[in-house]
Amino acid sequence: MKQLLLGNEAVARGLYEAGVCFVSSYPGTPSTEITEAAAKYDEIYCEWAPNEKVAMESAFGACLAGRRAFCGQKHVGLNVAADPLYTMSYTGVNAGLVIGVADDAGMHSSQNEQDSRHHAIAAKVPMLEPSDAAEALEFTKTAYEISEEFDTPVLLKMCTRVSHSQSVVEPGERKEIEKKYEKDIAKYVMMPGNAKRRHPIVEKRTEALREYAEKSPLNRMEILDTSIGIITSSTSYQYVKEVFGDRASVLKLGITNPLPDKLIKEFAGKVEKLAVVEELDPIIEEHVRSLGLAVQGKDKLPLIDEFSQNQIAEAFGLPVPESIALEDDIPMRPPVMCAGCPHRGLFYALKKNRCTVLGDIGCYTLGAVAPLGAMEMTLCMGASIGAAHGFNKILGAEAERHTVAVIGDSTFVHSGMTGLANVAYNQSNSTVVILDNSITGMTGHQQNPTTGYNIKGDPAGKIDLEALVRAMGIERIRVVDPYDLKACDEAIKEELQADEPSVIISRRPCALLKYVKHKPPLSVDRDKCIGCKACMQIGCPAISMKDGKAHVDETLCVGCGVCTQLCPKEAFNG
Amino acid sequence: MDNKTKNIMIVGVGGQGSLLASKLLGQLFLGEGYDVKVSEVHGMSQRGGSVVTYVRYGEKVYSPVIDKGEADGIVSFELLEAARWLPWLKKGGVVVTNTQRIDPMPVITGAASYPDKLVEKMKAKGVKVDAMDCLKLAEEAGTAKAVNLVLLGRLSHYFTFPDEAWDRAIERVVPKKFLEVNKKAFAMGKA
Repeated sequence: MKQLLLGNEAVARGLYEAGVCFVSSYPGTPSTEITEAAAKYDEIYCEWAPNEKVAMESAFGACLAGRRAFCGQKHVGLNVAADPLYTMSYTGVNAGLVIGVADDAGMHSSQNEQDSRHHAIAAKVPMLEPSDAAEALEFTKTAYEISEEFDTPVLLKMCTRVSHSQSVVEPGERKEIEKKYEKDIAKYVMMPGNAKRRHPIVEKRTEALREYAEKSPLNRMEILDTSIGIITSSTSYQYVKEVFGDRASVLKLGITNPLPDKLIKEFAGKVEKLAVVEELDPIIEEHVRSLGLAVQGKDKLPLIDEFSQNQIAEAFGLPVPESIALEDDIPMRPPVMCAGCPHRGLFYALKKNRCTVLGDIGCYTLGAVAPLGAMEMTLCMGASIGAAHGFNKILGAEAERHTVAVIGDSTFVHSGMTGLANVAYNQSNSTVVILDNSITGMTGHQQNPTTGYNIKGDPAGKIDLEALVRAMGIERIRVVDPYDLKACDEAIKEELQADEPSVIISRRPCALLKYVKHKPPLSVDRDKCIGCKACMQIGCPAISMKDGKAHVDETLCVGCGVCTQLCPKEAFNG
Repeated sequence: MDNKTKNIMIVGVGGQGSLLASKLLGQLFLGEGYDVKVSEVHGMSQRGGSVVTYVRYGEKVYSPVIDKGEADGIVSFELLEAARWLPWLKKGGVVVTNTQRIDPMPVITGAASYPDKLVEKMKAKGVKVDAMDCLKLAEEAGTAKAVNLVLLGRLSHYFTFPDEAWDRAIERVVPKKFLEVNKKAFAMGKA
């Protein structure tokens, strides 16, 4: 029966139908729902791993054991997992292994917009790119066939508009696949002698895959109007069809590594003019040019951001619809920390103490925006602690008295732990705040090794953060409640003054968690309020000024009471 | 209804319940035999930011997104968001909007001001604007969370689908225990 599924849900359905038994992933927008949806099938063991590298290694072990396996991540997550990926290309697989990677052109929820196709080329593994949910389901199943036929991991590349768009799919039945594990030292132990014998196999495999790509139905020509021929893939294909309809011929590539040379040349021979429409880097375009063909591409369309139909129409000189706008400046509405967010109090205390805050990836990155403006660096998962260490080593005691690394619970376990090991080992006098809100927040509430629950919400192992930090040799550890501004202030002051590394754990669960009980909303006594705006310094979306006095939006306020601690006139009732 | 693709945008503030509204429209159009695409926003923008969902249906839908000048209808959960996304409206399209005002952070901090008389200004541009206090109606129906169903009830005026088609779509996406209050909210929006 026809169903509407998100691209990510369709991948999960494909995993189910392909007989996949094992999924290990780390959440990251826009990839997260693949693993969440897969976890709803009882036949598939699913887990959140501490990071993408561990997830990929676990999936490799599962495929080695003889069951089809998957691991999913966002584009930057694949960087973390690149190490096993590049050598898995040499070992090959036993049962099929597919790696999902979701790019985020347009950076809806990312720190960069790198193009994952580079990883497929560099690791010498095939890459499939579906352009909607129906293809996401089909390509996922085909990816497992390719993986087993060619003895290779396969990259399945999604992007925000394929991952997070629902379209119509027709689900099928599940097929079980079981293989036996057999010891094969020459294939699976990648020391130089063995790897030297595997590398030529990888190169031969790429040529075999190129032949496969020449004939695969995943690459298809749609010969219509031959005055222009457009080579495209993924969501760009949908924009091209939307704009051109029957007015252009299209070579739609479902396999973007390796590229089918003969098919490209055949297509070029059928059309008068050739163009490539691809988001981000000119990978197809440069390949087409390397075949000696004249082609247009990035001379018309940008290297940055995601595309849209109007943009492509304009680039090719086609009309776009008229549009209406008001003369008023429409104020921006950037994302903000939620009302009751436990990060708010801690960031207020950091700001008050004029700390140099080196930050990390999570909801708390919003500590960088006005009015808090209390974060000065964010790079990648786990970077806060490493960066604080280097910063302090160079600037010495003066910096150590005001520099703080801030990192969430999930990010700390992902790759902050190793940064802290460096602080403990190489002894920088660094201060680290772990913002423990008992969940992976930004990606939509996933469990992690510090929460005590697994992906299905069942009780699981739980890392004791205090014991872990202590075991690394850090003796100054204290826990504060971020709703208590005085306690936060004292902790920050004292730990920055200390002459040894210290860790402050700011602990309170995310206000959006279902089990968190909220207090009644506060209100403002307008007779007591003097309109001093002290309560406005914390950037709470529930507080605004109305006719010169503070006002609380009771549909948003959860009664956390952080604002009441700032009010000099005790004007908040609650 | 002709075979050309129709475009509905759902806009609002992260956390207002626009995902349920787009899911419901998707089920409605699928149930009526159309090809459908619904494009959502997840992740960082959901934290109180401006959010937009695109719903497209027709004989064959290609792009999952709606571009400037293409929307047949904009359903807005908040007034400023209706104004923000107005350039996406097609000439002759309709804006169905909640009149609720939610100040964005630059307005709260005083760095920007919330423009006044937005409904009047949109109308002055020749735009068909259908504005109502959906929060009040949702509260009367029984829960402030049903703003989305009030809006959809209002939107239903602009389609020729039978009531049963809407009912089936509502029953498919709304959990059973909230069905009654949501149907009531839909009816109040429609009235």
